[in-house]
Amino acid sequence: MAPEAKTGTALPPIGHGEPTRRDFLTTAALGWAAVGGAISLWPFIQQMNPDASTQALSSTEVDLAPIKEGQAITVLWRGKPVFIRNRTKDEVEKAANVPVGDLPDKGAQNEALADRAPATDQNRTKKGHENWMVVVGICTHLGCIPKGQGLSDQRGEYGGWFCPCHGSTYDTSGRIRKGPAPRNLEVPPYEFVSATKIKIG
Amino acid sequence: MSDHEPSYHPSNPFSKWMDSRLPIMRMMHGQFVDFPTPRNLNYMWTFGGILTFMLVVQIVSGLVLSMHYQPSDAEAFNSVELIRRDVNYGWLLRNIHAVGASMFFFAVYLHMARGIYYGSYKAPREILWILGVIIFLLMMAAGFLGYALVWGQMSFWGVTVITNLFSALPLVGTGITKWLWGGYAVSGVTLNRFFSLHFLLPFVIFGVVILHIWALHVVGQNNPTGLDIKTKSDSVPMLPFAIMKDAFALAMFALVYAWFVFFVPNYLGDADNFIEANPLSTPPHIVPEWYFLPFYAILRSIPSKLGGVLMMFGSIALLAFLPWLDTSNVRSTKYRPIFKWFLWAFFFSVVALGYLGGKPAEGSYVMWSRVFTLYYFAFFLIIMPVVGLLETPRKLPSSIMDAVLGGGGGPTAANAATAAAEKR
Repeated sequence: MAPEAKTGTALPPIGHGEPTRRDFLTTAALGWAAVGGAISLWPFIQQMNPDASTQALSSTEVDLAPIKEGQAITVLWRGKPVFIRNRTKDEVEKAANVPVGDLPDKGAQNEALADRAPATDQNRTKKGHENWMVVVGICTHLGCIPKGQGLSDQRGEYGGWFCPCHGSTYDTSGRIRKGPAPRNLEVPPYEFVSATKIKIG
Repeated sequence: MSDHEPSYHPSNPFSKWMDSRLPIMRMMHGQFVDFPTPRNLNYMWTFGGILTFMLVVQIVSGLVLSMHYQPSDAEAFNSVELIRRDVNYGWLLRNIHAVGASMFFFAVYLHMARGIYYGSYKAPREILWILGVIIFLLMMAAGFLGYALVWGQMSFWGVTVITNLFSALPLVGTGITKWLWGGYAVSGVTLNRFFSLHFLLPFVIFGVVILHIWALHVVGQNNPTGLDIKTKSDSVPMLPFAIMKDAFALAMFALVYAWFVFFVPNYLGDADNFIEANPLSTPPHIVPEWYFLPFYAILRSIPSKLGGVLMMFGSIALLAFLPWLDTSNVRSTKYRPIFKWFLWAFFFSVVALGYLGGKPAEGSYVMWSRVFTLYYFAFFLIIMPVVGLLETPRKLPSSIMDAVLGGGGGPTAANAATAAAEKR
């Protein structure tokens, strides 16, 4: 009897600004419902991300043997065009001799290298395979596909690629030289699996 | 109805500004916070909220499924499998939608049974009830069209059988089926239009649901006694009383729903529907989804093509005439000692027809289907009008409050205390 009386007197009077037991239960229940609601939203958002079948397509092998010097092909990787150009000696030399200081974008934009790597031609190709230029064929301005893959295409004054949408001009190393595009064409992750075969992705 | 004082008082400058331009908050407050609900509602009255929840779940999950589904002859079945295997959480979304259809029908059948048991279709709720019958029909159409989209064997042959129902109509029958199919048989063309319509119907249902709720809020809710709200003490405000009860029932319902979704997602489906549609071979035993079985049993029990079709559609159309078929002036079956037995027999017949619809159409199954089909129609066309006229109902309590307090004389001290506490 005595302890009961003690707790009885210790309880604060109800309804004087103090939260009641009902207030606590209401807040706890609503809070819990809000957490549940937020968690159940997740699958509905996540379903829009690339599904397993799309992710399985994220690497592509390309045989380079049929591409003669001066020719270029475009392959599809993750739904994006990838330019592969077998550059002439002259083109390689021209690209290698450009001082990095003259470039609007001084970053290599090569996924295999660190972010701050300078945009030398060396940093945008693979050692021993300097004639092969592999870049994602999407203009870094607003996503058009630049011209320059076909032999009769307009390639712009630097001999690389020219974007017909807004006039961005890239050199033979895929670096932006003139026009509104902010960055050099991106070099995708790739490796030579044999002397004449690469695997992108 | 409006015995409760409106408690909406816009407090901040924005809500005051809004209130004098578009008083939507005032309306919501009046309809879903202050709205007077009978104080004696039982858990059978929580299915309206549950059904609204299910409609939203089906629309949202259906919307995301449609982002991955391809309504073509060649890809439909594969895209469903892609959703189940490859799409992020696709297995979950597909289960939510597929099981959701079953849970939706489960809830609507209980909701309808509640309406019939407590006489919720009687004046002044006829329009409310008829809108409900329309929603039910639209739901059946949406359920059928959605099941077709899976493009498994059961989907394909279900569509073939159901669309062929229309060929029973004299003169125009074959023309209508050709028009529905967009060809000379069910094909990818049919599938494509079914997808369009399946996407459309839930929004039509949503519109009719708004009318249904509107009609409900004009005449007010029925209740287990079937009496009208007469005084303020007969009702409680919707918030927190009815809302809390709805929320608790919804949570319990969601628990059962989640159990199906996570543990036995395909239990209510048919194994044959995991075989891709094949127009050259019919599965040996065609059955619709469980929620159509009673009507399917009625169809099969009639030994005439046109007769079966008419009886099947008639069995649903009859529901719309309930307010006029029932001649009793007492709403709640609780106070109808004779009708009560006939009504439970009716509920039993519907369940029995559901069981029989899932069995092969042979031997004693056909015989029993005919017996219960006969009772189904006799219940509406003979028993309801006749019993209503002959039966002497039990004495009704004088008010809802009176029924809550035990029916006898005035409130006792203890009861009055409870009542005061409930009023908060």
